[in-house]
Amino acid sequence: MENKTDLKQFFINQFDEFEKSLNGEKSSHFHHLRKSAFEEFRKLPLPTQKDEEWKYTNISPLLDYNFSRSAKKTDVSPDAVSKFLFDKMEHSLIVFINGRFSSELSKLTDIPKGVVIGSINEAIKENNPIVMKHLAQYAGFKNNIFTALSTAYTIDGAFIYVPDGINVADPVHIIFLTRAGNEKIITQPRNLFIAGKNSRISIIEHYVSDEASVYFTNAVTEIVAGENGIVDHIKLQEESINSFHISRMEVDQERNSNFSSHLISYGAEISRNDFNTRFNDQGGECMLNGLFLINGEQLFDAHTMIDHAKPHCKSHEHYKGILQDKSKGVFNGKVMVRQDAQKTNAFQQNNTILLSDNAVMNSKPQLEIFADDVKCSHGATIGKLDENSMFYLKSRGIGDEAATAMLIHAFASDVITSIKIEALRDYIEEIITKRFNQ
Amino acid sequence: MLLEIKNLHANIDGNEILKGINLKVNAGEVHAIMGPNGSGKSTLAQVLAGREEFEVTEGEVYYNGKNLLELSPEDRAREGVFLAFQYPVEIPGVSNTNLLKTAVNEIRKYRGEEELDSMDFLSLLKEKSKLVELDQKFLSRSVNEGFSGGEKKRNEIFQMAVLNPKLALLDETDSGLDIDALRIVANGVNKLRSKDNAIVVVTHYQRLLNYIIPDFVHVLYNGKIVKSGGKELALELEEKGYDWIKNGKEKVLV
Repeated sequence: MENKTDLKQFFINQFDEFEKSLNGEKSSHFHHLRKSAFEEFRKLPLPTQKDEEWKYTNISPLLDYNFSRSAKKTDVSPDAVSKFLFDKMEHSLIVFINGRFSSELSKLTDIPKGVVIGSINEAIKENNPIVMKHLAQYAGFKNNIFTALSTAYTIDGAFIYVPDGINVADPVHIIFLTRAGNEKIITQPRNLFIAGKNSRISIIEHYVSDEASVYFTNAVTEIVAGENGIVDHIKLQEESINSFHISRMEVDQERNSNFSSHLISYGAEISRNDFNTRFNDQGGECMLNGLFLINGEQLFDAHTMIDHAKPHCKSHEHYKGILQDKSKGVFNGKVMVRQDAQKTNAFQQNNTILLSDNAVMNSKPQLEIFADDVKCSHGATIGKLDENSMFYLKSRGIGDEAATAMLIHAFASDVITSIKIEALRDYIEEIITKRFNQ
Repeated sequence: MLLEIKNLHANIDGNEILKGINLKVNAGEVHAIMGPNGSGKSTLAQVLAGREEFEVTEGEVYYNGKNLLELSPEDRAREGVFLAFQYPVEIPGVSNTNLLKTAVNEIRKYRGEEELDSMDFLSLLKEKSKLVELDQKFLSRSVNEGFSGGEKKRNEIFQMAVLNPKLALLDETDSGLDIDALRIVANGVNKLRSKDNAIVVVTHYQRLLNYIIPDFVHVLYNGKIVKSGGKELALELEEKGYDWIKNGKEKVLV
């Protein structure tokens, strides 16, 4: 038997050594947050299925491994990265290899004046005032063991700052490429995106691997959409099939801001996404859309929360899942309409297609309304592909496989068409084609 | 012979709907199957197209020398059988063009032919859409989504034109059509008539048969063909109604 300590004890034991490796950085303003996050981590138990928030997601396979911080430098060629680029899209590119920023592989030219796009590691070391003001302010580590772990062990991640009034025309494509080989590593991307008043930006968080290796990604992303700002966020998760992906996104929306999120997920053995948005002022709009394709014994879990804390805001949430084989999906979407939040307009929907009798979906759409003048709806459907449509296609000579693929594309189409970047839509259509047309 | 149905029985949910159908159809012929509601007309069309909800309990169907009942619905279509649906299905997210392109290429692949390139395919669509006066804008729209009743039926005949079947089964293609749409649909069908293919028209009313003139008319009642004749039989039915058949039948039974 392998001699192993439990995941939590392992990171407790490692912390002293980790702190020493941070030479020089201990003087950073961030360091005291690290230390208190570590104390919180030490205190909290790992979640089990007895916790309501983890009822359907058993993370015990994750605990079978000791994940170490990657020490080795991995050489990755630009060709390996280019496989994950989108055709015909002008963009800025930030690349992280095993959690570390790679300036050679990144492409950060033609960035508008005043805009910062780069590594958060450097910004922390330099005590960048924007980072100091915002980092760890939205994704609190209290009572969240994975965020506590991320905060205590923060190494790197993407930092984007758009000053007031600036429109960043080209999307920022952030690639987190993990090549763990036989080394079971943990990477903890820590991202911070701050969009100022009247600014505009599109950001693609893209988690990839070109191996089937075992590793653990624990990602935390914090986003602020400033007054009248427009932030378009897409997360594309195509990690190694044997990896574990736990992530959290916290979004803070100021007055009249517009935030849209698309989560496209089909990698990892277990993936868990906690996506939370909060309207801090009136007139905001947010869209949370998702599409997950899972097969084998994969598990996908989305826990979302849209907090209508203020009046006159509008939210639209639509998650769609396609489950094959023995895969398991979880959708837990909460829309909270607080007493103050009159004239709220909230729509929430979760639709799932089960392509196998052994696939399981747990869907829990929740609306909590404390205001009395609101327009809200929510619902969920779980079913098979429509038999009438299937027969119709077959009666035109289209075989089972092609007919299934067509209906899957059709099912996914409304989530895909709501993505504004055409190159990305094509990339996702291609992912579906690869999975269902062969 | 293109189609030969021998003593066909079929059930749905344990209820016998077809109770011994016999029918022979040659290439170049148009057959009309008429009958009162619930007589089994649509069931016959759907069983021939391969709808799996129906269970064939007895009998045989030969099509072009092959045992039709052993073929999957898609292989029947690839062999040249086409069903124009009574209630065409709406498929949001799948465009008409995409459906037809996939269908044409799946059929060509089955027959060992090369796929059509996009240019040839588009000119095929253009040419055939004129046949049923279908506006080009329908091509890029989702299959039948938001189409009126008449547009749906026209779309069925348009698909028939593109797929060019040997045996077309038109299931109540006239239902829900106003007189202008009826004429357009019937004209489309007539242009597709040839000595190499056969058309089986399933209908409740005679009016479609004023436009699509059948060679043979069969009356289906209570799961069996009770009377066959030429086109004049349809006129007789129009005049006398179905009671004549029903009563006649009962008299025989008594």
